[in-house]
Amino acid sequence: MLQPESGGPVPAPRDTGARRISVFLSRHPRLRLSLLLSAPLFWLGLVYIVALAALLITALWTVDTFTGTITQTWTLDNIVTVLTGSLYQTVTLRTLGVAVVVTVVDVLVALPIAFYMAKVASTRWQRVLVIAVLMPLWASYLVKAYAWRSVLSSDGIVDWLVAPFGGQTPGYGLPATVITLAYLWLPYVILPIYAGLERVPDSLLEASGDLGGRTGSTLRLVVLPMIWPAIIAGSIFSFSLTLGDYITVNIVGGANQMLGNLVYTNVGAANNLPLAAAIALIPIVIIFGYLAAVRRTGALDNL
Amino acid sequence: MRLSRPARAVLAALTGIILAVIYLPLIVVLINSFSTSTNLTWPPPGLTLEWWVKAFRNEGALNAIATSVQIAIVATLVSLVLGTLISLALQRFAFFGRDAVSLLVILPIALPGIITGIALNNAFRTILGIQLSIATVIIAHATFCIVTVFNNVIARLRRVGMNFEEASADLGAGLWTTFRLVTFPQLRSALFAGGLLAFALSFDEIIVTTFTAGSSVKTLPIWILDNLFRPNQAPIVNVIAVVLVLVSIVPIYVAQRLAGAEKVTR
Repeated sequence: MLQPESGGPVPAPRDTGARRISVFLSRHPRLRLSLLLSAPLFWLGLVYIVALAALLITALWTVDTFTGTITQTWTLDNIVTVLTGSLYQTVTLRTLGVAVVVTVVDVLVALPIAFYMAKVASTRWQRVLVIAVLMPLWASYLVKAYAWRSVLSSDGIVDWLVAPFGGQTPGYGLPATVITLAYLWLPYVILPIYAGLERVPDSLLEASGDLGGRTGSTLRLVVLPMIWPAIIAGSIFSFSLTLGDYITVNIVGGANQMLGNLVYTNVGAANNLPLAAAIALIPIVIIFGYLAAVRRTGALDNL
Repeated sequence: MRLSRPARAVLAALTGIILAVIYLPLIVVLINSFSTSTNLTWPPPGLTLEWWVKAFRNEGALNAIATSVQIAIVATLVSLVLGTLISLALQRFAFFGRDAVSLLVILPIALPGIITGIALNNAFRTILGIQLSIATVIIAHATFCIVTVFNNVIARLRRVGMNFEEASADLGAGLWTTFRLVTFPQLRSALFAGGLLAFALSFDEIIVTTFTAGSSVKTLPIWILDNLFRPNQAPIVNVIAVVLVLVSIVPIYVAQRLAGAEKVTR
């Protein structure tokens, strides 16, 4: 048997500088917290919040139409233009509609596959399926969007597949935009829902069954409440990614514009950063509204 | 609840159909990478290996891949450090403004990329007066990559609790020793999974990159955007996409194995 050194069962630690710092920090949790937080907050605060605030302030300035430079005179003109212009209202409603439809489609598609992965498949198949769902994330966003353009084109594979049955491809437009965006964000919705379902213990499902609950009522009364935060978490991805997209709609959307396109043209071709910033306020307000609405579900801890 | 046989069969069939739709465009990309048609008509008029040979000799594409890997590695490292720090702070301490900090972490991913892009572009050029370069892209990418690390690490911290760390401290280990020998091993697979997602996010990002890269930095997505609509380059882009998907199997498999191994030992 090992003989403890003098002083007790655990040898007294040597009194080094590092030791003293460690002891000091253990006794001062506030200091420990501020050391942990200082670097990330410095980064996010300086890089992100300052930049965002500066952009929003720009919305209150105007562009000199003659020289093309920004004049720092305070005005609400841009905000008023965005709030009252019919173009902005139409595009906002269209973008919001596309975002809602994409999100609903993604959740409806993600639920069965995530359920199969988490609760039905064997461990081995589970691993294979997770890889199968994750792999498409690595094919470039642009390549996938462009692949849908070629799939949906009039001489593409969809037309080729459905033509014998008298069907035809939806072509380019809002339906194609919805299909492509739902496709692009699907893995981001499947993963949190799958993780949420994995956290539902099988014993609960069995208990519900033993107590006479049918499959439908078990899903509705036991599973759904438990994975609701995960569903919301997934929806934040598809909703906010759709709200800001302007590249997919360019590739498969025909002549349709979304909010992102309006922002993009005003930054680039029109060289009107203040108006672009004012338009950018629309998705910011929508996202903040959405985040505030879902905060109480605990979804923000599930992203 | 025990699922009946037909219910399982229906679920399996649905899963199969969804996977088929997920892979349909990718298979089209794969087949088109061998197609003799330069504008991707279906079905392909003939098959050729020309694009595969050309892709591996295409300097623009290879340079763009190197640039993207460089950016993604540095951005991932920065987000690993910052994400771990912030999740330790939020999970182990209760303090005023905790909710605000967690909102701050998810904001860069929740707000549309174009807003992050123009905000950072405006800040770099007009407020700070610095030239857009590879460094500005890395700063931008690290900012929205923090959240993936944060999510993975904080979920792990919640699950493992503090018992082992307290035991380690009671046994006389200092803070650094405890982190190195107790906390870090518990976090390893979560860090790998979070880092992998961060890498993927950065590697494929196009919108924020467009606004923070300037004209001299060509990442892979920017190169693809430049070449996608050129008839003789589109099949080469397909080859690169196929290679990326195939290469990605390795890290995803490793992440799965790490997570799976821990599940067994728990």
